[in-house]
Amino acid sequence: MARALINVPAKAARGEIIEIKTLIQHPMETGFRVGYNGAMIPRDIISNFVCAYNGVEIFRAELSSAIASNPFLTFTTVAAESGEITFKWTGDNGFEAIETAGITVA
Amino acid sequence: MRALRALAAGLALGLAAAGAAEIAPGERRSGYDDMGPQTRAMQDDDSANPGMFWVLDGQALWSRKEGAAQKSCADCHGGAEAGMKGVSARHPAIDAARAKPVDIEERINICRAGRQQAAPLARESKELLALTAYIARQSRGQPVSIALDAQTRSFIAQGAAIWNRRQGQLNLSCANCHDDNWGRKLAGAGVPQAHPTGYPVYRLEWQTLGSLQRRLRNCMTGMRAEAYEYGSEEFAALELYLMARAQGMAMDAPGVRP
Repeated sequence: MARALINVPAKAARGEIIEIKTLIQHPMETGFRVGYNGAMIPRDIISNFVCAYNGVEIFRAELSSAIASNPFLTFTTVAAESGEITFKWTGDNGFEAIETAGITVA
Repeated sequence: MRALRALAAGLALGLAAAGAAEIAPGERRSGYDDMGPQTRAMQDDDSANPGMFWVLDGQALWSRKEGAAQKSCADCHGGAEAGMKGVSARHPAIDAARAKPVDIEERINICRAGRQQAAPLARESKELLALTAYIARQSRGQPVSIALDAQTRSFIAQGAAIWNRRQGQLNLSCANCHDDNWGRKLAGAGVPQAHPTGYPVYRLEWQTLGSLQRRLRNCMTGMRAEAYEYGSEEFAALELYLMARAQGMAMDAPGVRP
């Protein structure tokens, strides 16, 4: 299981713009490199990232071979209600990682 | 002329023996000081610093029982937060049994062999990097404090000699760039002063975490010199010299470097 680091403010005021930061451990092997034995190293990347706030999708990203290893994504949203923010990364070789973070909106 | 040359050599030796940096203490800059604001922000935020993945892995390894003795690091040392504070800032240090300087990687393997009765971890292996990152993290903000006794000084002088020796097809010494031309550009990249305060570092160019020896081998390859072997005596002396040269500077491991 890949490690992921999520930074979501635990508390926010209603209507406040909050910044969400995500960092996930992944080699992001491009598929264009040649290994020591002369054979191509097969592509192994995260291709999709989705963030949902209480089940509603608020941010999506499609990643490509050009993205560095351990992708760091940061984006903002409006703190509308208390609940759960879920993060899902999917990619080559059946890669899937899911993380959640709680937020209290007052 | 000969007298002059002897005088110059004497002066150079004096400097090396004192372990004194060519760079005045007030002018010393860590790699962190030379980075752009984005890279600094990446290092400063533990949820953005990829080096933290290794720190977290190291934290898990710290309490994992290993070897024939079935002992974990924590069984002897307790919590790393207190027990390992400042340890990376004191290494390389002289190992009493070997009467030679050992870096933190070697120290871990000495512990594994003696206390845990486990096989040594390979240099640059994920596990050794994780443990060194976790241990180095406990020294963040601590000043580099190499013991400057007579025994250590002789190895510092060895390291200084390597630092100042021209080698490789380009006939460069480390000092040619990092003492004489820091702050200037080599191709498009800035030349740093080479203070190893942030090791192991997450190097963006590598897209992974690496040790000081990996970085040194990198530089030597760039000089078109034959790089010393991982774990060699030359590297131990050179690492020791570099840390003594950075004496008093704040540790910032795990660093992020371009």
